[in-house]
Amino acid sequence: MTEIFGVPFAVLLGQLLLGLINGSFYALLSLGLAIIFGMLNVINFAHGAFYMLGGFAALVAFNTLGIGYWPSLIVAPLAVGLIGVVVEKLLLRHLYKMDHLYSLLLTFGVALMLEGLFRHLFGSAGKPYPLPEALSGGINLGFMFLPAYRAWVIVASLGVCLVTWYAIERTRLGAYLRAATENPSLVQAFGINVPVMLTLTYAFCVGLAGFAGALAAPLYQVSPGMGSNLIIIVFAVVVIGGMGSIIGAVVTGLSLGLIEGLTKVFVPSASAIAVFLVMVAVLLLRPSGLFGRER
Amino acid sequence: MREQQHLLEVSNLNGWYGESHVLHGMTFNVGAGEIVTLLGRNGAGKTTTLRAIMGVVRKRRGAITYKGSDIISLPQHKVPWLGIGYVPEERGIFATLNVLENLMLPPVTQSGGMGIDDIYQLFPNLRGRDQTPGTRLSGGEQQMLAIARILRTGADFILLDEPTEGLAPVIVEEIAASLQVLKQRGLTIVLVEQNLRFAASIADRHYVVEQGVVVDEIANEVLPASMDRLNSYLGV
Ligand SMILES: Nc1ncnc2c1ncn2[C@@H]1O[C@H](COP(=O)(O)OP(=O)(O)O)[C@@H](O)[C@H]1O
Ligand SMILES: [Mg+2]
Repeated sequence: MTEIFGVPFAVLLGQLLLGLINGSFYALLSLGLAIIFGMLNVINFAHGAFYMLGGFAALVAFNTLGIGYWPSLIVAPLAVGLIGVVVEKLLLRHLYKMDHLYSLLLTFGVALMLEGLFRHLFGSAGKPYPLPEALSGGINLGFMFLPAYRAWVIVASLGVCLVTWYAIERTRLGAYLRAATENPSLVQAFGINVPVMLTLTYAFCVGLAGFAGALAAPLYQVSPGMGSNLIIIVFAVVVIGGMGSIIGAVVTGLSLGLIEGLTKVFVPSASAIAVFLVMVAVLLLRPSGLFGRER
Repeated sequence: MREQQHLLEVSNLNGWYGESHVLHGMTFNVGAGEIVTLLGRNGAGKTTTLRAIMGVVRKRRGAITYKGSDIISLPQHKVPWLGIGYVPEERGIFATLNVLENLMLPPVTQSGGMGIDDIYQLFPNLRGRDQTPGTRLSGGEQQMLAIARILRTGADFILLDEPTEGLAPVIVEEIAASLQVLKQRGLTIVLVEQNLRFAASIADRHYVVEQGVVVDEIANEVLPASMDRLNSYLGV
């Protein structure tokens, strides 16, 4: 068997695959965070809670309403997006004119309340979600076994990221969003209802987090803490990529997943802090992030 | 009864930035097809007046009627849909949008807007620059783009804030020529301008603004004869 620095090739690939899957979730979540920060100037600490809500939406839909995996990939993001609309219209909107810190504290509070509520309703323990029938098998690639569901997670997240990127960078609606990020007042003076646009942007981005949660449900267990475990790393990803940079969020998310995977193989003891070491290095060399523009 | 219905009537308009009271009862009107200027020193409140009409400045009192109906009570994003276009003083070209995206950004609010070909004919400098980031254009080109994107929307009432500010004389002439074309097309324009020669070359009437009120009105025909009066207002 081939080895690299004493590590069997198959083990290396296996860790890279895990890294890529983690990276896919980082990408999906940090993409939404980056857009929300760019457009609304809000550091959305509730993003992990919305991810968790997506997982629970899929679970509850399955257990009580008999809605299967595939429809729940649409139902969960919609449900989460709807909650996003309420949070934006009722709470966040009033804080746009104030310092970042206020919306950060507000969304942090929302996250704690949601997490607490779900602990109360469902308990802290993880709940399993069955693998969808169609994706329960796997593919033997010769050098390793690739579980079909993992392959699907990567394809689905990257697909969603790509479509989102395209919509923002190449369409008319995206041009409105980019313009409103720069100068909302002028965009409004051209006849566009910017407040509604902001609400929908927030809803869409937390909907992405909900989608990620539903996607994660069969892979990991659904638990009230699933979001808060992830969100710290995702924030590091956004900082490394450059706050507000969409491409930066996606590329950095995937790369950091891979870097984490590699660290697990070669320096297992450092794998938990690898992302943060990268963050420190990047902030020292490029304070505005790898893809960020100076402000 | 009023003998003549003006397209825009502003009467006793007051406007505030937060606590700071800037407009103190602006009263003026603009007839269909006219080019009317607001002249006055820096800080007189000309830009604020345009912003108040667009609803960008929200804290207002007094009356602004367009085609006979009140627009102060309209939500800000509804105003452009009446066919009112705004070319701001700072031009407002978006850096993250390329030239074509900047041009296509404002939604078409009325029929009768200029097509892309007409626009390139009016501003040949913009042709072939589609993919250039908006703010890479020269100052004059950015001004042309700021005007062009409003012409595309079909707006027939245009608020134009200091289009010649900081531009070289050749470019000023180009912009003057383009405004003549717009005038021939029947557009109505409120022009804020510091450049008196430029203003005199295209306008029908001039209002002089001082500290947030209109203090004088001068028809363009008598402008040469009124230069002394005007210079004392403008402090030149
Ligand atoms: N965003 C703002 N906030 C507070 N005050 C402002 C703002 N913009 C302009 N002002 C003040 O309002 C007054 C009128 O400004 P402005 O309308 O820009 O004048 P003009 O266009 O005639 O030069 C000035 O005293 C200026 O300092
Ligand atoms: Mg001004």
